[in-house]
Amino acid sequence: MSSAGDAALEWRAPSGRLRRIPLVRLGFALAGVFCASLALAQSGDLRRSGYQEMGPALQKMQDDDTANPAMLFVQVGAAAWAAKAGAAGKSCADCHGDAAVSMKGVAARYPAVAPAPAGPVDLEGRINLCRTVHQQAPALVAESDDLLALSAFVTLQSRGLPIAPPDDPALAALRAQGRDLYERRQGQLNLSCANCHDDNAGHRLAGAVIPQGHPTGYPIYRLEWQALGSIARRLRNCVVGMRAEPWQPGATEYLALEAYLMDRARGMALDGPGVRP
Amino acid sequence: MANVLVNAPKTAKKGDTIEIKALIMHPMETGFRPGTNGRIIPRNIVEDFTVTWNGREIFRMRMSPAIAANPFVSFFTVASESGTVVLRWSGDEGFVAEHRVAIAVT
Amino acid sequence: MQRRVFLAGAAVTLLPFAAEATPEALADAIREVTGGASLRAGKVTLDIPPIVENGNTVPMSVSVESPMTADDHVKAIHVFNEKNPQPHVFNAWLSPASGKAVVGTRIKLADTQKIVAIAETSRGEFWSASAEVIITIAACIEDVT
Repeated sequence: MSSAGDAALEWRAPSGRLRRIPLVRLGFALAGVFCASLALAQSGDLRRSGYQEMGPALQKMQDDDTANPAMLFVQVGAAAWAAKAGAAGKSCADCHGDAAVSMKGVAARYPAVAPAPAGPVDLEGRINLCRTVHQQAPALVAESDDLLALSAFVTLQSRGLPIAPPDDPALAALRAQGRDLYERRQGQLNLSCANCHDDNAGHRLAGAVIPQGHPTGYPIYRLEWQALGSIARRLRNCVVGMRAEPWQPGATEYLALEAYLMDRARGMALDGPGVRP
Repeated sequence: MANVLVNAPKTAKKGDTIEIKALIMHPMETGFRPGTNGRIIPRNIVEDFTVTWNGREIFRMRMSPAIAANPFVSFFTVASESGTVVLRWSGDEGFVAEHRVAIAVT
Repeated sequence: MQRRVFLAGAAVTLLPFAAEATPEALADAIREVTGGASLRAGKVTLDIPPIVENGNTVPMSVSVESPMTADDHVKAIHVFNEKNPQPHVFNAWLSPASGKAVVGTRIKLADTQKIVAIAETSRGEFWSASAEVIITIAACIEDVT
């Protein structure tokens, strides 16, 4: 047989050198995701990721980097990482160097607190701070392919690593707000997030398994959307599903829920950018 | 430029059967869905996917609106000689994309 | 409560597909390919999940038992469906240089339905396999408006 192991994801490193992650190595990272899940299972941890709830066909789609449609966006993000932008004429790479080194574990630590006056931000928010403050470029539009592509590229560098929210006291209030939103009934159906994702997780709603709601795979390529989307987009879907009035785009409520959910998923392996039904 | 991800081995032994996988960013709009204004969104799909190895056709596929967005195709071919595999997608609204892969056959 | 969400989902998902291929349209589309030659069951394996989590992107592959030699090979693989707006899914043309008659892709399925895969050989035979696929509907869809 030929050497299928030659296949790789490629992008240009700041040094100008072509950087490759052989797909075989990404495979090891995925094996890491699997082992981490196994370890959690053996430790009596009953948490399950959305990846674990999917059927084998969709798991295979996510695991194979030439089949995972999110990797198309990662490729765009890799190019954006190296491209100069804004009045400062700097690329992400000019400050951060090789993403495989500098961004390793970063996505696992967001939302985090950015220096004043920004305060708590999620990964997309952090990327936009870099754009406006350091690159002196306009912020990328929320939910735009450009922003999601950079976020997917940065997230990929943490694949298989445990979610590790920072112990910053400034996040405590945000998480508490998120928990309150998560447990509060709302909308015409008078449901809370917890009614589905805690009380009925693992059961079926309209034929689909209700996941426990751990945000391990964002940004996700959701088959329903046929596109890449952020956790805020997914949360908005849930709110609409409960027949509640969704919060305005960029509202603190989304960030608060994300901060709570990431804390709730602490220690679980990141598997983003993921595929979800 | 179209956004394409192709997985093919860089090297192969002569006579080996190799797998090529190709993914391309494209909406594959069916032409059957109404948009938010209630009007049907015009069809916009990739219709033809042709692959050649040193100019000789090794695979061709005719797609319909039933192919999912961001089309993925996998197929096999026998490695015969070193050279260039050219993957070409074409479709509605003048869409054309090409991607080249060099394969060394020993 | 769950039933209401389900019904809302079902309505929104099915409405766009007022047009629908019928078993007759499926038969016609197959006849176009076979020219009326008879279909024989066998040699074709249609790999598609029996229950699909979202009909927008359904992974599938077709593989055909064949020596793939100059005088006995699969010339083409044709895939059809019963209930999308059109019966055609794809046609793929192969040759002995394919080595293996295996093609994979991802398709859209508007509803629970039958999928038919046909292999056309260099000897003028048509082998086929079919599968019933159940499409479940995502519970929380983007907008209910």
